[in-house]
Amino acid sequence: MRLEPIANPSMARTLVPPAAALVATVVIASLLAMVAGGNPFRVLGLIIEGAVGSRFALLETLNRATPLIFTGLAVAVAFRAKLWNIGAEAQLYAGAVMAVVLGTGALAWPAFALLPTMAAAAMLAGAVILLVPALLKTRLGVDEVVTTLLFNFIFLLFVSYLLEGPMKDPMGMGWPKSPRLIAEARLPRIVDGLRLHWGFGLALIAAGVVWVINTRTTLGYEMRAVGQNAEAARFAGIPVGRVIVKTALLSGGLAALAGFSEVSGLKGSLTLDLSPGFGYSGIIVAMLALLNPLGVVAAALFVAGIFVGADSMSRAVGVPTYLADIMLATALLLMVLAILLTRFRILRE
Amino acid sequence: MTGAEAAQVVLRLDGITKTFGALVANDNVSLALEKGEVIALLGENGAGKTTLMNILFGQYTADAGTVEVFGQRLPPGTPRAALEAGVGMVHQHFTLADNLSVLDNIVLGAERLWSARSDRRGARARVAALAERFRLRVDPDARVGALTVGERQRVEILKALYRDARILILDEPTAVLTPQETDDLFDTLRQAIAQGLSVVFISHKLHEVMSIAHRVLILRHGKLVAERQVARTNPRELASLMVGAEVTAPAVAPSEPGASILHLDAVSTPDRGSAPGLRDVTLDLRAGQIVGLAGVSGNGQAELAALIGGLCVPETGTLRLDGESPSRWTPHEAVQSGIARIPEDRHKTGTIADFTLTENAILECYRDGPFSARGWMNWRAADRFARGVIDSYDVRCPGPGTRIRLLSGGNMQKLILGRVLEPGPRIILANQPVRGLDIGAVNYVHGRLLEARARGAAILLISEDLDEIMRLSDVIHVISEGRLSPGFARGSMGAAELGVWMAGHGFDEETRHAS
Amino acid sequence: MDILEIFLTASFWTAAIRIASPLIFATMGELICERAGVLNLGIEGIMVAGAFTGWFGAYMGMGLWGGVALAMATGMLFGLVHSTLTVPLGLSQHVVGLGVTLLATSLTYFCYRVALPEVTSPPKIEAFQVWEVPVLSEIPVLGPALFAQTPLTYLAFATVAVVAYGLYRTPLGLAIRAAGENPAAVAAQGLSVTGLRMGAVIVGSGLMAVGGAFLTMSAFDSFFFEMVNGRGWICIALVVFGAWRPGKALLGAILFAAFDAFQIRLQQTPLGAQVPYQIFLMLPYFLSILALVAMSRRAEVPAALMVPFNRGDR
Repeated sequence: MRLEPIANPSMARTLVPPAAALVATVVIASLLAMVAGGNPFRVLGLIIEGAVGSRFALLETLNRATPLIFTGLAVAVAFRAKLWNIGAEAQLYAGAVMAVVLGTGALAWPAFALLPTMAAAAMLAGAVILLVPALLKTRLGVDEVVTTLLFNFIFLLFVSYLLEGPMKDPMGMGWPKSPRLIAEARLPRIVDGLRLHWGFGLALIAAGVVWVINTRTTLGYEMRAVGQNAEAARFAGIPVGRVIVKTALLSGGLAALAGFSEVSGLKGSLTLDLSPGFGYSGIIVAMLALLNPLGVVAAALFVAGIFVGADSMSRAVGVPTYLADIMLATALLLMVLAILLTRFRILRE
Repeated sequence: MTGAEAAQVVLRLDGITKTFGALVANDNVSLALEKGEVIALLGENGAGKTTLMNILFGQYTADAGTVEVFGQRLPPGTPRAALEAGVGMVHQHFTLADNLSVLDNIVLGAERLWSARSDRRGARARVAALAERFRLRVDPDARVGALTVGERQRVEILKALYRDARILILDEPTAVLTPQETDDLFDTLRQAIAQGLSVVFISHKLHEVMSIAHRVLILRHGKLVAERQVARTNPRELASLMVGAEVTAPAVAPSEPGASILHLDAVSTPDRGSAPGLRDVTLDLRAGQIVGLAGVSGNGQAELAALIGGLCVPETGTLRLDGESPSRWTPHEAVQSGIARIPEDRHKTGTIADFTLTENAILECYRDGPFSARGWMNWRAADRFARGVIDSYDVRCPGPGTRIRLLSGGNMQKLILGRVLEPGPRIILANQPVRGLDIGAVNYVHGRLLEARARGAAILLISEDLDEIMRLSDVIHVISEGRLSPGFARGSMGAAELGVWMAGHGFDEETRHAS
Repeated sequence: MDILEIFLTASFWTAAIRIASPLIFATMGELICERAGVLNLGIEGIMVAGAFTGWFGAYMGMGLWGGVALAMATGMLFGLVHSTLTVPLGLSQHVVGLGVTLLATSLTYFCYRVALPEVTSPPKIEAFQVWEVPVLSEIPVLGPALFAQTPLTYLAFATVAVVAYGLYRTPLGLAIRAAGENPAAVAAQGLSVTGLRMGAVIVGSGLMAVGGAFLTMSAFDSFFFEMVNGRGWICIALVVFGAWRPGKALLGAILFAAFDAFQIRLQQTPLGAQVPYQIFLMLPYFLSILALVAMSRRAEVPAALMVPFNRGDR
């Protein structure tokens, strides 16, 4: 078997494989739904209805998409430079911790000053978390996949320690939970009465900013060059190590904004279940978006819709919500395969 | 063998045709090889020699045609069948695993894959016997990565012999050898023929073909265009058959060297793995002069190129530009100081495959005006620059927005040439600038280098092709194990004399004289 | 208890070897994959899947060894998915590996919920029992540690011997190592790089799943979510720490497990009680990172690790 690149792929070549990947994902999900004793059409219908079927569902999906846009952007930025940041989960919690540190009364500032400070501090914390693996990679050649993954476990234990120790809410009745943020530290709602906070707006802005960085700045050019061919980039005089470190700072900062936005916009306090794996889902979001920052928004909405829809479907018919995770993992694998098929012909030899 | 003296045909290719997309690599090629015979396949780069041999060896499947070994037709597409039929191939790029021992490399694939134990003792004895019989000395327990190129080639040949090869295919075997190592190789081959083996020898070097082969087959553009008995031909005839039309290389007039621009004074760099660093190298690049660097690859050329290209700094000794030693020395500084760098490998280091022509054109200067200001790219200026390069350097492409991976090697090299020459550099570092290019592109590149020399650029030409070095260079240095020979003026040394230096002789005498 | 005395108790070393066992299986599995040139980041999810299917098989009456075989088969199935995408198709081993981990984990949890919809606490099985080797198990300290374990632990040690022998003493092992060093050398000898690599990933994934099954069938007797808890990632670090050699990787796994057993006991000392328990739980992960850092300079990475091979590339 041999792969042959296609110089000028036709329209069908570019569209059919991704579409087939989506169809296959749905088929697999239907089969599993049947295994679990559900009617596949009803299960799929309930997922769609639960995701976009009502104003409430839609807002829920937008809320759920918010952290996914941030982590998706974080992963997209890092993967584009071939920095395998699998640690968005830890960076997210770092941002959340900073939001709690500054937002529970330590700074008695008005909202317009406090919120940007919190966001900046969160970004800084996330950046520092990823800086360590990035430096280990550039200085010592330590593979960052494993180090970022292990940092997730370490940092979650650290948060657990904080919530049971120095950061524990005295009124929490023994639950490991932080005190609530003061009113000035809460991200306001975009429209009064609608349960959607400015974290979503911030996520859209972040996507736009990353797009501009990618396409219009020297940093974006450098990141793409380093990701595609580090040897050629080094030869041309691009400071590869420094670009990787800058990428790490940006990526870690973006992931941390997810934690800030969840605490400050949605939850109001920090608990250990703040993120049901947003950091890992960010990888799926980024890959489905082909690492394009604007695509990340669409992919995050799609992924959030599946999660939210599956939750409501599960409540109705009892098919486990893990169906959503399976659909997304399948979509990820089939999509990378589909993208290959848009660019290569498989020849049998 | 019965009394009949009729030559036995051991290998027959019949009507082999192979296309890659629009490119016809082999067009209805037929040939026959007799027992104890050496045939040479002669042709330019890209004439289809390697493709033909890969088909014979089962690594590619032909679109049409058949391969017969000892009268048996080989099933297409399986190297295994070729190996079992007694065909052994020594590839141009060795297929050895560096981190494994010589013995491991030799026995790899020779035993039944699923047997429960490998018979190391037996293997060792057989390798020793073969090494004795064919005079191929090599330590079976050495790590391949620690061997010299010549030794690695011996391992490759041993590998084939170990598997009872009776037909040896050697793809450009001398490209990486010193003239002396080449002689050793030819001794081994004569030994092999005497013992009844047959050899297909692929080359584009005429004198080697004349010295080892019995019969020469000439390939051009995938077609077998001629066949000659070596005894009844001459290099001149072979050259014109190989190239087709008479191609005139740019004439090289002697030059009038100007002031020294770049000077290395007793520079040493650390070793990198098995590659030697530079040892006490002193080199002078003068305006209007081409300095050629001859040598077998892996003897410090890469280090010298990295040093001048700004990728590393001297460990001891100094690098001076116009008499001054730069305080920082990085690729960016090198480019800023007017050094044009043509990298050795245009795919791996020269370009980024998925970047457009525009993005590749500004790879070295994107930080400078007009291409960016304060971190913001100016794509319009970049596009203009790319269009300029495409026009002035005859880069055949659909437009500056094309991904460079879609270009041919020659056009890719022209873009690199344009990228580095357009700013009017004072120094040109040309590392293997024509490797793998067809003759038209070769002459184009050489013409541009001579043009640059005429307007006063100092040029360092690094090449493994001694003919290229001897033709273009005003001064020739030989590099061996990181040491640099004195400069030899144009025409003062023949290939054989340079070969002595390339093999590492002469340097010690030099030191003795100096002390 | 004095801190140093911990090292002299038989129960400490017995625990260390028990903790090491699943790591040994999975580390050998990953080592085989990487020796053939494929980084298998599916390891974490495959261990989860193996933990579930092994336990579930036994629970459904397949017997303990039937459960182990089912776990192995599950792992091999995910290995097939992984290797099909990464070897002949040459897709990113990072992305596919993470995808396989996500897929295996979510499929496992889904199946668990479907199979046991009503239960609040998972049912227990009759797990592997300690099988004492006569005489040898009576050697002080090391006797019980090495010879009073469950059959799966013995199997883990046997696996290391088989993998070491296979890689270094058989033609197949040489071919696998060569596929990870220079696939072109393998192809030039008429061997199938694709076949070797896929085979290595499939078998390696099977071993990872058995490592997961050890958790539910020998260390504990039931299946819990999050029970693999990063062990897969630690095994990847152990492969690096062991410089891609089975013996050294075994040593690394035991050292690591001893450290883990030590920190558990340290928590129970008066000194340990003053330190938040999370700090102790972090230590294994820190240790893994330190191991990676320590080996970063010397490690002999297989030269073609993560480099796809495509016959007929031009």
